[in-house]
Amino acid sequence: MNNKINFSKFFNVANIFSLLAVIISILFLFFKGLNYGVDFKGGTLLEIRIENKNIQIQDVRESLNIPELGDVNVKQFGIEGDFLIKFEKNANENEKFITDLKNNISKKIASAVNFRRVETVGPKVSGELLKQGVTAIILALSAMLFYIWIRFEWQFSLGSIIALIHDVVITLGIFSILSFEVNLSIVAAVLTIVGYSMNDTVVIFDRIRENLLKYSKLKTNEIADISVNETLSRTIITSLTTLLALFSIFILGGEILKGFSFAMILGVVIGTYSSIFVASPVLNYFKVTQRTLLKDEDL
Amino acid sequence: MLSFTKIKVLSIYLILFLGIFFASLNFKSNNLINKKVNLGLDLQGGSYILLEIDTRPLINQKLQTKVIPIKKLLNKNEIVFRDFTISQDNISLTIEKEKQDKFKNLFFKQQENTINNFISEYNKFELELEFNQNKVFIKFSKFGLLSLNNAALKQSIEIIRRRIDDVGTKEPTILQRGDKRILVELPGIDNPERIKELLGKTAQLTFRLVSKNDAFGSEKLILSESGEELTVNKRVVISGDNLVDAQPQFDNQSNQPIVLFTLDRLGAQKFGRITTENVGRRLAIVLDNSVISAPQIREAIIGGTGTISGGFSFQESTDLALLLRSGALPAPINIVEERTVGPDLGKDSIDAGVFSLIVGFVLVIIFMFIKYRIFGLVSNISLVSNLLMMIGILTILEATLTLPGIAGIILTVGMAVDSNVLIYERIKEELKTEKSIIHAFDTGYNKAKITVIDANVTTLIAAVILFIFGSGPVKGFAVTLGTGIVTTLFSAYFIARHLTSVIVLNDKKGRYFNL
Repeated sequence: MNNKINFSKFFNVANIFSLLAVIISILFLFFKGLNYGVDFKGGTLLEIRIENKNIQIQDVRESLNIPELGDVNVKQFGIEGDFLIKFEKNANENEKFITDLKNNISKKIASAVNFRRVETVGPKVSGELLKQGVTAIILALSAMLFYIWIRFEWQFSLGSIIALIHDVVITLGIFSILSFEVNLSIVAAVLTIVGYSMNDTVVIFDRIRENLLKYSKLKTNEIADISVNETLSRTIITSLTTLLALFSIFILGGEILKGFSFAMILGVVIGTYSSIFVASPVLNYFKVTQRTLLKDEDL
Repeated sequence: MLSFTKIKVLSIYLILFLGIFFASLNFKSNNLINKKVNLGLDLQGGSYILLEIDTRPLINQKLQTKVIPIKKLLNKNEIVFRDFTISQDNISLTIEKEKQDKFKNLFFKQQENTINNFISEYNKFELELEFNQNKVFIKFSKFGLLSLNNAALKQSIEIIRRRIDDVGTKEPTILQRGDKRILVELPGIDNPERIKELLGKTAQLTFRLVSKNDAFGSEKLILSESGEELTVNKRVVISGDNLVDAQPQFDNQSNQPIVLFTLDRLGAQKFGRITTENVGRRLAIVLDNSVISAPQIREAIIGGTGTISGGFSFQESTDLALLLRSGALPAPINIVEERTVGPDLGKDSIDAGVFSLIVGFVLVIIFMFIKYRIFGLVSNISLVSNLLMMIGILTILEATLTLPGIAGIILTVGMAVDSNVLIYERIKEELKTEKSIIHAFDTGYNKAKITVIDANVTTLIAAVILFIFGSGPVKGFAVTLGTGIVTTLFSAYFIARHLTSVIVLNDKKGRYFNL
């Protein structure tokens, strides 16, 4: 290979960078927290389309000036005249509530209003959904840890799991920093990121394992270097095709899929980075050599 | 790895053909096999409503019915008791220590037990006893609660089904979720408010006499039409259980919407007797603790039919008749989650989803062709086959396609080429050291196999866990992602490999190997 890049030279710098990013993410998650959507916080979400395009966001806000709603959040959503309204009140305590609210809004802004979407989640259900989401992510991580442990050695398993946690924490950290909404589809995105990042890591680990058996004289970092370089074109091409697909969802897939595809794009970039700069150095820290692999076969 | 037996080739393309056949069912209806990919509520529009039954009032109600039988049993067997009190979830009484054993034996008698039902399903009693010195507590056992809960849930589902069928929505789904919840899915409904009102009402109807003074055993209720407060006797004359039919009608004289009801034989007899004895008094018609109307009894009503008028609109009388016909829910029901998507948003989502799918697909195809030329073409053919088989499998499973599900398909398109990329990059490496082209392809496929499998199994794990723990739309994503992995492996290792082998074996000079 002519285009050999000395990745291991950057391992230390990259690891410090990653560590900082993880710490910052954790601090944000801890102090600022995540902007949970209706799914996890409970409350009501309305998506409306107003026929009269002259209606501004302030008008919509004023029409919702009803004390019993509690904290109301209105924002422009997609094309002009489309708004997303969120409030904490659980609209299902009273079956007529939504009907009354609809009439109220239409009357106050004096224009036909099309209610495109209504989502109401009670506090009990939202709590359960959050618990389910967290359980799913933890279970997915454990299942993969177990799979890699069976297929490789425990050091590989640990390396990949550190990389995965790195990806998940930083992705969520960025969501916290940007105050992006976290809902059910973001959990799906995070799990897919976990799958994708794992996929990437496995490809490199597979090559490292193969090369460890091939070259007995080289240091672990050198082998990691060779392996990353050998699989580099694949890593780039796959990331590119996946990103092509994801960007097409992000740009053309409509408002509802925006958050989901954004999380995925972040995840693919971070996941690709972590396979090279996080998972591989871990093997060196745990002193993985040819002997680690051969030990099993001797037994 | 490049040699294929005829049988193998045949079965590969047979499977591909089957996939394409099933996929085509979505576009052209077939009389023999009626299978289709269902659109989720987020794509076709509709309402998803999750209901939860509240069994607490029911427990108390059931305990109330035990009071008289228990007292009767105690008196009959000369067991002296005092401090008989009933609370939210238990009955407590004081019995002298020496009599407690006798009571216990009677309480847990297997045969002819009038107070404590034996649930043969669980081999346990419905009620249990707790002793604290002289105090005895009677309450529901774990299994008693379970069977009470299950019965109430089953009955509620039945009644909800009747109510929804009566409204006449198309293809409603009504399912039990867990042990306390009922899921109602109503495709095509963009204004579920009326149905929500119908579902939320217990619709417990009772006819009770109005008392003149605050007599013992009466309660104050509000007459909903005028806001007047009435003192209503707690004793129920007849209840909705005695009703056999209810229909909305117009009153002959006032032309107001009313509800005409018909009582069963027993109800008619009772109603006749009470109305004969109480001419001149007012009879309150109570629905869920509010008085709909309280007309004066002018004459005995013996025909078993009557009317309820309460200044209704026609819609209100229709709904009341519907509620009375379908019967009362055994326990109150609350809506804990609702998601409604209007049909135009659903259509927008499909359009945007399909459009982004096509764009993503075309971009990936162009990229692969530029990068790998003829083998990019092979990879693209396998990608198209992949997509078709995926739709085919989703059709066979009659899976529900949601918006995140479409995202799952697009993601699969992006990631599907990974298997082919892995293989081609491996072959490229092999070509550097290997002189025989066929050999290079062979080892390339062989060596990449383990990696491809490892890489895909990990994603499959994520998909399976998402499927188990995900709810609603997320499940749809898991289904497409999981299906995509299976079809990806098939198309990379069978279809693409076979096409590659055809090219390699026919082109020994290696004209096309500009990988």
